[in-house]
Amino acid sequence: MSKPWKREENGETIVRSCAWSPPGCHPVGCGVQLHIKDGELVQIEGDPEHPVTRGALCPRCLAMKDVIYHKDRIKYPMKRAFEDRGKDKWERITLDEAFDILEEKTRYFTDTYGPESIVVFCGTGREATVYHNELTFMGFGSPNACYAQSGWSCYAPRVSSMAYLMGGGYPEIDYAARYPDRYEHPGWEAPKYIMLWGKDPLKSNADGLWGHAIVDLMKDYGTKLITVDPRVTWIGTKAEYNLQLRPGTDAAMALGILNVIINEDLYDHDAVEKWTYGFDELKERVQEYPTDKVAEITWVDEDLIIGAARAFATSKHSAIGWGLSVDQNPNGIQVGHALLSIMAITDNIDVPGGCTLGLPIDDDTNVDMIRRALEAETIDEATFSKRIGAEEYPFVCQLMSTNHPDSVLDTLETQEPYRLRMGVFQSSNVVGGAISAAQERWLEAMKTSFEFVAATELFQNPTTMALADLIFPLKTWVEHDTLVESHYGFNVAFNGACNKAIDVVEGVDDLEFMMKIGERMFPEYWKQFDGVDDYLAKVRLPSGYTWESFREEGIVQPEEIYRKAEKGLMRFDGEPGYMSQSGRIELWSHAYSQFGDDPLPYFIEPPRSPVSTPELFKKYPFVLTTGGRRYTSFHSEHRQIERLREIDAQPIVEINPNAAKRLGIENGDWVWIENEFGRVKQVAELTEGIDERVVHAHHGWWFPEQDGEEPNLFGFRQSNINVIMPHKEIGKLGFGDTFKCEICNIYKVTD
Amino acid sequence: MNGLLIDYNWCSGCHSCEIACKNEHDIPLGKWGIKVTEDGPWKLPNGEWHWTNVPIPTEICDLCSKRVSEGKEPSCVQHCQAKCMQFGPLEDLVKKAEKIGKKAVIFMP
Ligand code: SF4
Ligand code: SF4
Ligand code: SF4
Repeated sequence: MSKPWKREENGETIVRSCAWSPPGCHPVGCGVQLHIKDGELVQIEGDPEHPVTRGALCPRCLAMKDVIYHKDRIKYPMKRAFEDRGKDKWERITLDEAFDILEEKTRYFTDTYGPESIVVFCGTGREATVYHNELTFMGFGSPNACYAQSGWSCYAPRVSSMAYLMGGGYPEIDYAARYPDRYEHPGWEAPKYIMLWGKDPLKSNADGLWGHAIVDLMKDYGTKLITVDPRVTWIGTKAEYNLQLRPGTDAAMALGILNVIINEDLYDHDAVEKWTYGFDELKERVQEYPTDKVAEITWVDEDLIIGAARAFATSKHSAIGWGLSVDQNPNGIQVGHALLSIMAITDNIDVPGGCTLGLPIDDDTNVDMIRRALEAETIDEATFSKRIGAEEYPFVCQLMSTNHPDSVLDTLETQEPYRLRMGVFQSSNVVGGAISAAQERWLEAMKTSFEFVAATELFQNPTTMALADLIFPLKTWVEHDTLVESHYGFNVAFNGACNKAIDVVEGVDDLEFMMKIGERMFPEYWKQFDGVDDYLAKVRLPSGYTWESFREEGIVQPEEIYRKAEKGLMRFDGEPGYMSQSGRIELWSHAYSQFGDDPLPYFIEPPRSPVSTPELFKKYPFVLTTGGRRYTSFHSEHRQIERLREIDAQPIVEINPNAAKRLGIENGDWVWIENEFGRVKQVAELTEGIDERVVHAHHGWWFPEQDGEEPNLFGFRQSNINVIMPHKEIGKLGFGDTFKCEICNIYKVTD
Repeated sequence: MNGLLIDYNWCSGCHSCEIACKNEHDIPLGKWGIKVTEDGPWKLPNGEWHWTNVPIPTEICDLCSKRVSEGKEPSCVQHCQAKCMQFGPLEDLVKKAEKIGKKAVIFMP
């Protein structure tokens, strides 16, 4: 970086930063320059010197001023009387008073009912996720960290599979992100093919992958594309192969591709021999998935499946970008396993132009977090073992160290094995957001169970309005210092400094919130840190940096080392290989077998589908997939930002024109989307990009412009697709949900 | 004379140019300095997909004369996520368009 992180220019202070959250975003760390005048943000621009984003920004950061200075932003701490829940009746208090109340309540519930009576929620893809467990174990002393997505179905299934199958190290498309000179770097190669599997990274930038890098690679470096997606995405229209599969049949598709690669002898014998375990068993298993059968299951032409498999396997090196559809599927653990198998047997792991690999799971993880908490005695083993659902779903709860989200709803409804009495929401809109299933049930159960609720938020939303007794305003990423690490640390392209530039609200950032309640509850542990900067240096920054030296550098890219398994870098003992039980990438998994699942990948039909429930499908004759992203929102956020809302004004459901014609539906009509669990309405968008038998509903809708008070709660029941997503349709080991593979009926709204 | 070259095969329709321009020129709701038009997806007679986005500058566009005089790129060009916009003298842009070969357009707003 040619200029310091902060400089004066033409009467303005210009602060260089790497953007993150709040409001929510994945840790993409896009480079920005913030223009500050008289303490106010007057302009936000991309930073042309940022090695990955090179001056570009997405519309959400470009509209950051609108977020920061929005009239509806929560600007100071507030409390509300318990009997006024659901009403817009708040009383301003000071930050100290707010922490006094929070401390008093935490002590009361801890002393009276045990710390397990407190549950801490966290939303998806935001800074708070990094501190969620730490806040829960070391701030509140509770064992119950809850990510309320049914089946914990976001990123964790992929990360956990990798941990069990190869000892960690998340694979990501090689887009030269670790090199300061990027695509010019000697030794780097562009992927020949990228297979985007249930992923639209241009919009999602999921997990911190900067999605438009796919455009760079295709436009300037000859990369070709294979997409596996029920919808044709914009980038998918440029693909050589479009496998528009029936939602939820991903495992069959992946096994069919493996069938071609193995039976046509297109795999890399050396890689299989040296670095994989269980190839013969896998070979036997894929015989159950011949391509004609897979074509029938997935609704994709057999020729396309064979063509894509051949193209991928014979083009070294190539990469798979695997998305949320791997997670949001009760069969998802098997999908992930099959995709890892494709990468492994074609020698596309940890090679230039293939998938890069993060380092093995180290002391940055959740597992380590609980060890730290036990050492600091902020929680004890007996309390930790009380987290809801941990016994039933060890595959989920051991590595994540959280409770099981669906079991939490059961507990809230039944008060078994004990009652959860205090809820803390770390910017998570569980009631009307994007992650919980059966939202009405969550709402009712939480209203009944929680005697006290505290929340940190930027804006009021259905959750805060229905439940909160105490609110802390959250600072945005422009208002606090922090570190952004792509892939939440699992495969870091760079560590970026996010620099505080302004003060706007009387509130907290996620880190301050944790440290402040921690200092009150467990001063013995927290007194070692002299503020956030000191904490960052001691716990989070790459080693050797102070906050000041780190922010001076701005961006720290770790060295890219390929073929780490050969070099002994994927094991803590320095031996070659991986940290799985066999020391190799397990195509036949010891861990899956020990947890009680099939050690090999397999396909099962979604719980409701034309095949598994043909009678029900007559009543609900469309396969329903949900949750495609838009550029203008982060899941359920940004709905009140006028300049973004004017681009995407309404919730959209995509329908094929032929299906719409049969139903008398025209473009722009409001339609009901109905299933066994209820109905919500969205606006029909007719598109050839989706099969006649499939519809795609957008997610996370609520209406900040509507009445926020009960019973309306910003109208989330009208259009939020998660209102009709079922509770606990999870996989055998506890991961997965059916958000991407349900069924429904569609008809015009007439009243 | 300067213009804007769009390599519109690669315009992803991300809307960044729209907001970037609004930021630069303080353009109110409902009005635009540049607006992305979108057509697709639909299948061409040859079975391939068509989905084309083209950002079109309005009369408000002054080719970011202030930024350009400060040595910066126009706001839309800098923030474009697909890096499919270029600014410069028309004769240079024409050469670049020829090199791109197809699906390119030059605007002189
Ligand atoms: S991807 Fe995230 S960090 Fe990057 S510009 Fe968009 S909102 Fe900002
Ligand atoms: S050149 Fe400047 S004024 Fe013209 S469209 Fe781009 S951002 Fe707007
Ligand atoms: S910023 Fe670039 S890619 Fe995005 S819509 Fe505008 S021209 Fe297209």
